[in-house]
Amino acid sequence: MFQLVREPIDIRKITDGIQSPEDGAVLVFEGVVRNNAKGKAVRFLEYDAYEPMALKKLEEIGFLARREFEIRDMAIVHRLGHMEIGECSTVIVVASAHRGPAFDACRFAINKIKEIVPIWKKEFYEDGEVWIEGAP
Amino acid sequence: MSLHILFFASLADISGMRETYLDAAGFTDVQSVFEKFVKDFPALAAYRASILSAVNSEFARPESPVHDGDEIAFFPPVSGG
Repeated sequence: MFQLVREPIDIRKITDGIQSPEDGAVLVFEGVVRNNAKGKAVRFLEYDAYEPMALKKLEEIGFLARREFEIRDMAIVHRLGHMEIGECSTVIVVASAHRGPAFDACRFAINKIKEIVPIWKKEFYEDGEVWIEGAP
Repeated sequence: MSLHILFFASLADISGMRETYLDAAGFTDVQSVFEKFVKDFPALAAYRASILSAVNSEFARPESPVHDGDEIAFFPPVSGG
């Protein structure tokens, strides 16, 4: 399951949808909105995307992860639009028989999201706003 | 027919638009399209080294060919997650 949404992400719905009796590990990664960046206080974020391509790239990451690691399934949901501090912007769920490949596949997926998925965040500060370009 | 051009994030701010259409005549590759917009919006020149592009939702290179009807997107390095 790969989705771009504009409302809060329902994590339980994703894990319920993905989990199967043969799984021994269901791993959930949440990317959340932090209240600071490079020493500056962040008030809130807005995410923009080239949606058709972003969805295609999320699906591609899932395909690559299943090919590369011994996992059974993966789901990625990325939220777009306005998000407050502490809200969840990204959820990756990995289901597999064993924990090791699930952790590896999850790390692979979040790193790939920050490399090849056309989504951008704009940070809003007390004194202005900046589009973030590139991910650390 | 024409080229459908998309701009995202800071590039949309600089150009003042998220999309436009361009007569395909005279444009052979992604670079030629980008340079047309650098002429229109000189501030885009600062992005020459870092800009990413896509043709029909797949990553492209400056020398990637463009054809009538293509959707061509220009955007800065991504920052999702």
